[in-house]
Amino acid sequence: MNLYYYASPSTFYPLAGKLIPWFAALALALTVAGLYISFFVAPTDFQQGEGYRIIFIHVPAAWMSMFIYVVMAFWSAIGLAWNTRLSFVMARALAPTGAMFTFVALWTGAFWGKPMWGAWWVWDARLTSELILFFLYVGVMALQAAIDDPRRSDRAGALLNLVGVINVPIIYFSVKWWNTLHQGSSVSLTRAPSMAHIMLWGMLIMALAAWMYAIAVALVRARSLILERERQTDWVGALLEAKS
Amino acid sequence: MLKFLFTVIRRDVLLAARRRGDWLTAQFFFVMVVSMFPLGVGPEPTMLRTIGPGVVWVAALLASLLSLGRLFADDYRDGTLEQMLLCPYPNTLLALGKAIAHWIINGIPLLLIAPVLGIQFNLPPEALLILVLSLAIGTPILSLLGSIGAALTLGLRGGGVLVTLLILPLYVPALIFGAGAVEGVISGTGAEAHLSLLGAFLMMSLLLAPWVSAMALKVSVE
Repeated sequence: MNLYYYASPSTFYPLAGKLIPWFAALALALTVAGLYISFFVAPTDFQQGEGYRIIFIHVPAAWMSMFIYVVMAFWSAIGLAWNTRLSFVMARALAPTGAMFTFVALWTGAFWGKPMWGAWWVWDARLTSELILFFLYVGVMALQAAIDDPRRSDRAGALLNLVGVINVPIIYFSVKWWNTLHQGSSVSLTRAPSMAHIMLWGMLIMALAAWMYAIAVALVRARSLILERERQTDWVGALLEAKS
Repeated sequence: MLKFLFTVIRRDVLLAARRRGDWLTAQFFFVMVVSMFPLGVGPEPTMLRTIGPGVVWVAALLASLLSLGRLFADDYRDGTLEQMLLCPYPNTLLALGKAIAHWIINGIPLLLIAPVLGIQFNLPPEALLILVLSLAIGTPILSLLGSIGAALTLGLRGGGVLVTLLILPLYVPALIFGAGAVEGVISGTGAEAHLSLLGAFLMMSLLLAPWVSAMALKVSVE
């Protein structure tokens, strides 16, 4: 089986249609499991009380906000290098989901910051760079929306995306660069996590759920984008005839 | 190659010199925005000294953005840009030349005006020096990164506002390090670290921005 077989919109469209229910079901199941662990199994935190449970939404959303931007940049680079239509569709389909996760991370962060730090917002490096990440998402989407010609729109968005991706490592390392109020990362690959295992599990499961959700939604959006762009082709015509 | 670069720069500077009205608008915008702040926040000297570096820097960002609209737009409208892109020299050089010309036209005057505005904000002399130095390193970054935004939004409806949306987030490191250097002098922690980081950012922009903006030009023109 050739992997490139699915690089064509006409073959990817039915594949995406088949995959969406699976990812959606996984996202739902993981969300239910993750929320159950977060709210009923995980113990109350010794210092932060019940308020800490916000991290079960906040941390996965923050992870996804950065991860999706990198994935978008990946598809943009592939699209610019090999001029593949589907890569641009994927990059464009991911943008709104990424912006949504960034917004959720900022919003839940504010809810967490109020009881813990006593302020809705502080101009800390990590918060600020997350806010800038949100601006970058908005910029890419605004640029794509402002250009009517899909070819130019895709390429311009992809270039901006690649320029902006420099910001993602800055977010990640900002905690080390500027020594500020935001606590250091609690999860690390090199040492044992500094939180209870059950809390970590809840967070990881929620992160997986967010990931599956992002894939499912991006595929749905990619399918509509493909239909819109390929509406002149024979296979879309045949599809519409079969439906009606 | 170098001759081509100089030709591009010379042409843009000459065009700006012949149309002084356009060119002066951004400079007066810079002066006026900075002068609005004491009226808004009050004339308290100690507070003005604290916010001064940031205000001057933010105004420099905005003034640079304001003048970006004309970076490629005039040449694009009359077809000159297309001919320039077709000539046998690398397009990266064209983009670099345009960015340098933008800096000469808009960046250097900012450097010369900034100390006067700094005095209005009650900045001490050594801070004024660092302010000029940080702007000298920082404004080329603004021109280089801005050329990417100008190239991407070429010929679009509402391109002026759009370019602000795209480019302001990218200006953030320059703003932090530039204003940080001046604040470092005022608070006594020194400006060297900030200026070094600003210099590193300039090198990175110099390396990457002309290349990206040449690609963006090709995307927008084709």
